[in-house]
Amino acid sequence: MNFAPETSIDIASAVNRATAPAGEPKLKVEKLNFYYGDNHALKNINFEIPEKRVTAMIGPSGCGKSTLLRIFNRMYQLYPGQRAEGKILFDGEDLLGKQLDSTVVRSRIGMVFQKPTPFPMSIYDNIAFGVKLHESLGKAAMDERVEWCLRKAAIWEETKDRLHTSALGMSGGQQQRLCIARTIAVRPEVILLDEPTSALDPISTSKIEDLIDELKQEFTIVIVTHNMQQAARCADITSFFYLGELIEAGPSNEIFTNPREARTRDYITGRFG
Amino acid sequence: MDATLSGTQAAQGLATARKPTGRVSDPIFVGLLWGCGIFVLVLLGLIIAMLFEGGLPALREFGISFLWSTTWNPVTERFGAGVMVFGTVFSAVIAVIVALPLSFGIAFFLTEIAPGPLRRPIGVAVQLLAAVPSIIFGMWGFFVVVPLIATYVQPPLIEWLGPIPLIGALFQGPPLGAGMLTAGLILALMILPFVTAMFVEVLESVPPMLKESAYGVGATTYEVYRNVSVPYGRTAMVGAVMLGLGRALGETMAVTFVIGNATRMSASLFAPGATIASTIANEFPEASIGSLKLQALLQLGFILFVISFIVLALSRMLVRTKG
Amino acid sequence: MASLARRRATDYAVKAISTGFAALSIVFLAWILWTLLSRGLPALGPHVFTKITAPPGAGGGLLNAIVGSLIQIVVALIIGTPVGLLCGTFLAENGRNTQIGNAVRFVNDVLLSAPSILIGLFVYQLLVIPFGGFSGWAGAIALAIIIIPVVVRTTEDMLNLVPIGLREAAFALGAPQWKVVTFITWRAARAGIVTGILLALARAAGETAPLLFTSLGNNGWSISLDAPMASLPIAIYQYAASPFEDWVALAWAGALIITVGVLTLNILSRLVLAKMK
Repeated sequence: MNFAPETSIDIASAVNRATAPAGEPKLKVEKLNFYYGDNHALKNINFEIPEKRVTAMIGPSGCGKSTLLRIFNRMYQLYPGQRAEGKILFDGEDLLGKQLDSTVVRSRIGMVFQKPTPFPMSIYDNIAFGVKLHESLGKAAMDERVEWCLRKAAIWEETKDRLHTSALGMSGGQQQRLCIARTIAVRPEVILLDEPTSALDPISTSKIEDLIDELKQEFTIVIVTHNMQQAARCADITSFFYLGELIEAGPSNEIFTNPREARTRDYITGRFG
Repeated sequence: MDATLSGTQAAQGLATARKPTGRVSDPIFVGLLWGCGIFVLVLLGLIIAMLFEGGLPALREFGISFLWSTTWNPVTERFGAGVMVFGTVFSAVIAVIVALPLSFGIAFFLTEIAPGPLRRPIGVAVQLLAAVPSIIFGMWGFFVVVPLIATYVQPPLIEWLGPIPLIGALFQGPPLGAGMLTAGLILALMILPFVTAMFVEVLESVPPMLKESAYGVGATTYEVYRNVSVPYGRTAMVGAVMLGLGRALGETMAVTFVIGNATRMSASLFAPGATIASTIANEFPEASIGSLKLQALLQLGFILFVISFIVLALSRMLVRTKG
Repeated sequence: MASLARRRATDYAVKAISTGFAALSIVFLAWILWTLLSRGLPALGPHVFTKITAPPGAGGGLLNAIVGSLIQIVVALIIGTPVGLLCGTFLAENGRNTQIGNAVRFVNDVLLSAPSILIGLFVYQLLVIPFGGFSGWAGAIALAIIIIPVVVRTTEDMLNLVPIGLREAAFALGAPQWKVVTFITWRAARAGIVTGILLALARAAGETAPLLFTSLGNNGWSISLDAPMASLPIAIYQYAASPFEDWVALAWAGALIITVGVLTLNILSRLVLAKMK
């Protein structure tokens, strides 16, 4: 691997991004197959994720929706034995190819996990950790960034007086919003949410759902959820996965009111899963 | 901060070209991790190689019979490992025989009997026994235990058990205090905490359901311990005993103080003896570089390494097969 | 099938015996500590810490032995801690479920329980013979080899307690592995890692056998790592077996110092760990 071509590709993609017309797919999955060792977990997936929309992925446990999410930011590469074939075009560049560096991909495609994962440090440092990886900001700029992302994540009022206390002392819902703020702080283009509310109480859940609605003004959002009401409430596009295959995808209101596939209908009416 | 400002900053951010992080530092760091991992492998290899190489001349001189020859005569320069190998195994076996029932009992006490608030302090006290340095056990043994054994334990035993045929062979000789028995007892006390701690760990991993179903059919606490918990953890417990044995085989300072350091073979529990480790510690100062004696000592070290390696490897296999 | 009364009696008897055994182990600990206190305290005076070892009857102390021990332990820690920390990290981060990881883990477990006198013999062969003599360096390196497996084991165990999710979250922000490990994983496990280092320190402080053939001991004042160096355990070993009353008394004083130090480190490490949980 060398350094120079990468930089140029990066600039090129930045130009692409600025000129791409609205409604163009931000992520375009082409003939994707994925394997955990010998286990064929995703089968020939073709799928588009539009820019600045919320796309939900639903389906029973083990259907491959989380697996796909973890391919988008190359999380699977942390584990030897997991392998992806096919293409995922991210603003026209192949995410699975060698041209893009994992750390760059992950800074442009952020991820929030099922359980809150605050780092064992102060609230401020939780956010600064990610920012410092990619930018060198002065004290004032960093303060500004911290406030900006905490406001975006609707948690500024609760944290502004305790920025330098440990993040581990917050409630579960606050921790999850901090994790969202931490992801936003890096200023990604895409945010992946992996069942972000499954460990939270109903009030925290509704706060995060409101937040998702806000965030789609600026970010492309992909959310994996077990909760069909959540998908119906938050997502513009919903896709249904079953046994490693994409069964169907379309505008959420269509999927939930008038699905084309019988399996989708069975799932959303609670007949299995 | 107002919304416009944050908007600009965000837009600015999206347009910045991102550079990879850790392009240079990561390979270095991962290389260091691998290097240190491999280093530990190399270290063990080097230890084996150097001990073997150092003792090779002695092996050449005396042949394979060095392993069992019971001659150890620095004056005539005739050396054999027989007495020390015997002493090493004998003292370690005494230690295990004594420590085993104690460990079973203490583990039973700590897991089933001790009331909640007492459990931790007693557990910690037992563990502190493991932390006491070997040389302290040696001094305590030498100044306190040896005289007690010489005065109160050995004379009656020699008198009562000595005349019995067969068993009597174990109880012969003058009541010196220092000897195999004393070494074995001190070693037992030293390995006790290790074995107990591992027993407790294994017993605590027994699924409560198993125990509850045994209690459900009316078993007593001891019956559950004996028929459910211990059989469940049997493999790992055997491993724990092997670990204790491994530790006892190589223990040096405590044994050197109390074993009497006699390089003669005797079946008596009371006779002074020697282990490989105590012989190395004792005789090393009189062995000059390049001398046959030094080579014989290094060869002894190699033999001890092989014995403990086998025991420790077995122990580890047993312990890790069943957590 | 035994009668109920008999089974109850057995249960009661075993419980009584087990309780007795537990009490017995504590009696032994107390006995050892009592012996140390009753013989060590009267021998403990300012001279122990202010004077160096001297011939019998000359009123010497243990200053050179204490300083020598401290120097060798500190050097051993400086060498052993980073190696142990990185190797433990290797096992937890890169060596999970891999053959090489299993091999390293196995070898480390063997080193952890290997007879310490053999470590001394090994360093004697490796350093003392080729470099022409006993030295503080050789002693410190022997102690470092004692320290490494302890640190490796505790580091790996403690890092394994750090949730995978925390690592993934850091990777998901685009962090390189070295930053994930140093800023997140080590940080999350730091109390446990410190515990391991304290335990290793306690272990090294009491070790005698590995020093016999490496730093040898020195009855004069020397803080040069290139020369034979005194150490507390070696001084105790030498003095305890001697026929001179004042030397034996000094040995007890030294034994008390070492034991108090080692037990304090042990208790301290437990407190650090308890605070983490």
